[in-house]
Amino acid sequence: MTQTRYYRTRSPEPEKEKTGGGGGTAMRVIVPLQGVVQGRGGLVLGSIIPCALFYFLQFYLKRNRDDPDDKNESNSTGQNPTTRSPSSEHLTELPGLTRSLSRALLSPRNSGPVSISARVSGIVKGGDSPYYMGLKRVKEDPYDELDNPNGVIQLGLAENKLSLDLVKDWLAENAREAILGNGKELSISGIAPYQPFDGLMEFKVAVAGFMSQVMENAVSFNPSQIVLTAGATPAIEILSFCLADTGNAFLVPTPYYPGFDRDVKWRTGVEIIHVPCRSADNFHLSIAALDRSFNQAKKRGMKVRGVIISNPSNPAGNLLNRETLYSLLDFAREKNIHIISNEILAGSTLGNEEFVSMAEIVDQEDTDRKRVHIVYGLSKDLSLPGFRVGVIYTFNEDVLAAARKLSRFSATSAPTQRLLISMLSDTKFVRTFITTNWERLQRMYVQLVAGLEKMGIKSIKSSGGFYCWADMSGFISSYSEKGEVELWDKLLNIGKVNVTPGSCCHCIEPGWFRFCFATLTEKDIPIVMERIQKVLKPVN
Amino acid sequence: MAIEIEQPRVGLSKVAVSKTHGEDSPYFAGWKAYDENPYHETSNQSGVIQMGLAENQVSFDLLEKYLEEHSEASSWGKGAPGFRENALFQDYHGLKSFRQAMANFMEQIRGGRAKFDPDRIVLTAGATAANELLTFILADPGDALLIPTPYYPGFDRDLRWRTSVNIVPIHCGSSNNFQITPEAMEAAYQSAESMNLKVRGILITNPSNPLGATIQRSALEQILDFAVNKNIHLVSDEIYSGSTFSSSEFISIAEILETRGYKDAERVHIVYSLSKDLGLPGFRVGTIYSYNDQVVTTARRMSSFTLISSQTQHLLACMLSNKEFSENYIKTNRERLSKRYDMIIKGLKKAGIECLKGNAGLFCWMNLSPLLEKPMRESELALWKVILNEVKLNISPGSSCHCSEPGWFRVCFANMSEQTLEIALERIHKFMEQRKRN
Repeated sequence: MTQTRYYRTRSPEPEKEKTGGGGGTAMRVIVPLQGVVQGRGGLVLGSIIPCALFYFLQFYLKRNRDDPDDKNESNSTGQNPTTRSPSSEHLTELPGLTRSLSRALLSPRNSGPVSISARVSGIVKGGDSPYYMGLKRVKEDPYDELDNPNGVIQLGLAENKLSLDLVKDWLAENAREAILGNGKELSISGIAPYQPFDGLMEFKVAVAGFMSQVMENAVSFNPSQIVLTAGATPAIEILSFCLADTGNAFLVPTPYYPGFDRDVKWRTGVEIIHVPCRSADNFHLSIAALDRSFNQAKKRGMKVRGVIISNPSNPAGNLLNRETLYSLLDFAREKNIHIISNEILAGSTLGNEEFVSMAEIVDQEDTDRKRVHIVYGLSKDLSLPGFRVGVIYTFNEDVLAAARKLSRFSATSAPTQRLLISMLSDTKFVRTFITTNWERLQRMYVQLVAGLEKMGIKSIKSSGGFYCWADMSGFISSYSEKGEVELWDKLLNIGKVNVTPGSCCHCIEPGWFRFCFATLTEKDIPIVMERIQKVLKPVN
Repeated sequence: MAIEIEQPRVGLSKVAVSKTHGEDSPYFAGWKAYDENPYHETSNQSGVIQMGLAENQVSFDLLEKYLEEHSEASSWGKGAPGFRENALFQDYHGLKSFRQAMANFMEQIRGGRAKFDPDRIVLTAGATAANELLTFILADPGDALLIPTPYYPGFDRDLRWRTSVNIVPIHCGSSNNFQITPEAMEAAYQSAESMNLKVRGILITNPSNPLGATIQRSALEQILDFAVNKNIHLVSDEIYSGSTFSSSEFISIAEILETRGYKDAERVHIVYSLSKDLGLPGFRVGTIYSYNDQVVTTARRMSSFTLISSQTQHLLACMLSNKEFSENYIKTNRERLSKRYDMIIKGLKKAGIECLKGNAGLFCWMNLSPLLEKPMRESELALWKVILNEVKLNISPGSSCHCSEPGWFRVCFANMSEQTLEIALERIHKFMEQRKRN
């Protein structure tokens, strides 16, 4: 029953075979935006009247605007009524924030006369996206085999529950000593006082070792080049602050992790330029596409400061091969920009391909290290998202110096570091955990893919991560984001299954969905399939 | 024999290269000197004694005793119930039990004179993060916050660095014990206006760092009135609220709001943390308590960048919800801090040094202006260097706190043993004797 696993000692598979694409290999034409201007003579009137109205509106507003001497008036450009977007949970992934930071004119509403910054008023309505709403629904009505068999099954959250029992067992035996110290003496003075904000050196050593282990010892990491942060979320933000100024941009291949919109853009004022990947390429990164996007940006006067790749990628589950990584480095060198390599799922590979870290690439090339920065964390590979452990690994001393200082705003907790130092130093435990986790991920993936395949749903062959990136374009009523969201809604509210629609990940082709399988047990899979089957009605 | 080609330097952002982190100032330079030559009771008796770090180490034993007797706090026990949920818990609302425990703790510190709703608590990894987060939320780049001087040197970094917000000082002086006056606030506001800076809020620290004194009720009323009048926010950093020497002298802005029936409350936000009162800065626990729903919602979302480890939340929820422990801790901690304060004041007095009358905090505000050659910042810094390099004491010069009067120094007393404090006082005594002779 066990799949064979690709290990480092073998040569890579010659071909990546696609397990299926959306409706054949032909690229469908993307429906253009609905901004198509219509009308002929109407065109003139259609332009003049709105303009005129607009000017009158401005004039009216100007006359009735706040008099600076009148202290009772609000100073703000408006606040957003928060009632329609109740706060949701599991907020580390937040795709609703796709709008730029421009001062959105929101309907004024006095939740209080004193205003908050423009920077955030655009954010307040972030809870409307399918991503959020799905998570909320699961929280309100979570599936449970015994207590709530009709509840919503979660396939929209990239958590790995498959191997938590191993961690739990370790902790049950070792936690207390691990936090407070070995032997009979309990010592709070080891964890209570101020620690270096970028993490205890002992912990950096342990994390460097762990990173090496999950990457099958193909590369070693220098603890002194590590900055620890409270999760990978601030790691990405800190790097964005360090590498780009407000108004600059990063190139990011789509589809991408929805959280990047928040992490990269929100408080930094930095932009993301989408670099579309297509099903025809199995959503692999194309350097040509990067180049095109870079040039387009330049024409628009936008300064590109770097590329952000995820390897393994989320949601497609691709690994970047050596050749691509070298080409990427060449590209970055040519344009003199940075590379941020998000490798948070490096230890969650599915065994059919070789994982190569950006660190391994620059290991061999002595020059150009200064432009490479790696993000890692323990939320995925060690299943401990609650403990908030993220890593910035960089070869650039200036970035290291700045990131170290910035880590004060997002520092890891000392008792947690102590606990994990013990755990990660237990190499036997780590080895068992990593290999068991691989097996379980692989098994679950295979079952999920098989189940979907039986229903005619094909997916991209995944090489890493917790996801199945599936093509459901054959089942949407219209080949558009609207059609896709309709299907998502049906799956959630009728099928009671929460999956992530590709539009949340900015996928350029409608109809793709992300199914996370690492929150499921094997028993859940047939139930998931049954429910999806109920919902699907093929559209001709 | 390869030809070396000069690589174009791949650039960094303005934020990365800016000096706003402030770490070149004497405040931080003193820490560095300590790091390089730290005093140790037995192994390095001639090292630098750290009196520039406001850490509370006087009550560790109480924490240790608690942890020893309550293993469920630091582990998940047999079968580890709740571990799975805890490990996966990354909800930015934070553990309800922990928020409840924090709300209760904050109420206890205020002697029950104010109530806190756990659903208004937003958790952050430390007060540093809380202050920055609030600044991001309340102000735009280029705007200004008014802050009374002298203030915590870290504000220059925490409030300005990534946010690009400006600080405009509200000058306070020794003539009235550095109290904040309406005239001073108005002057600061006008100053901001004249620089074309939009004032978005006023930030006070109560009890004050570095003064080591609580803000009086009348001043708090005036500050709130000022904020209402100008229609700006009021942030009250009450991180030292549990470190007052007597339970009755600290008045929280929450109490003022209560007496006003919470009118105007939506502009008020309180910052708190366990780093000082509970002596746990390594745990990274901070909170924002806001009376403004929109701020709470937004702060919660933004706290994704600075969540508290769920394991830590679990540990502290257990500890702080144990009423017996928390009541005893608050009381004992106060007594010990008070005792330390008396000790240092007496010792300084013997050496002929006066301090501002204080009633809270982990430090005292020492007046060395009589020792200055000239009443100028340069003389203060020269004196500071002498104290650091010759007397081997790291204390913080008032200029790093933006004090408008030279000669004042902040001296921390809670981050060392009593013996070490004695030694420090002896060194000061000797130093003063020497100066008298010269």
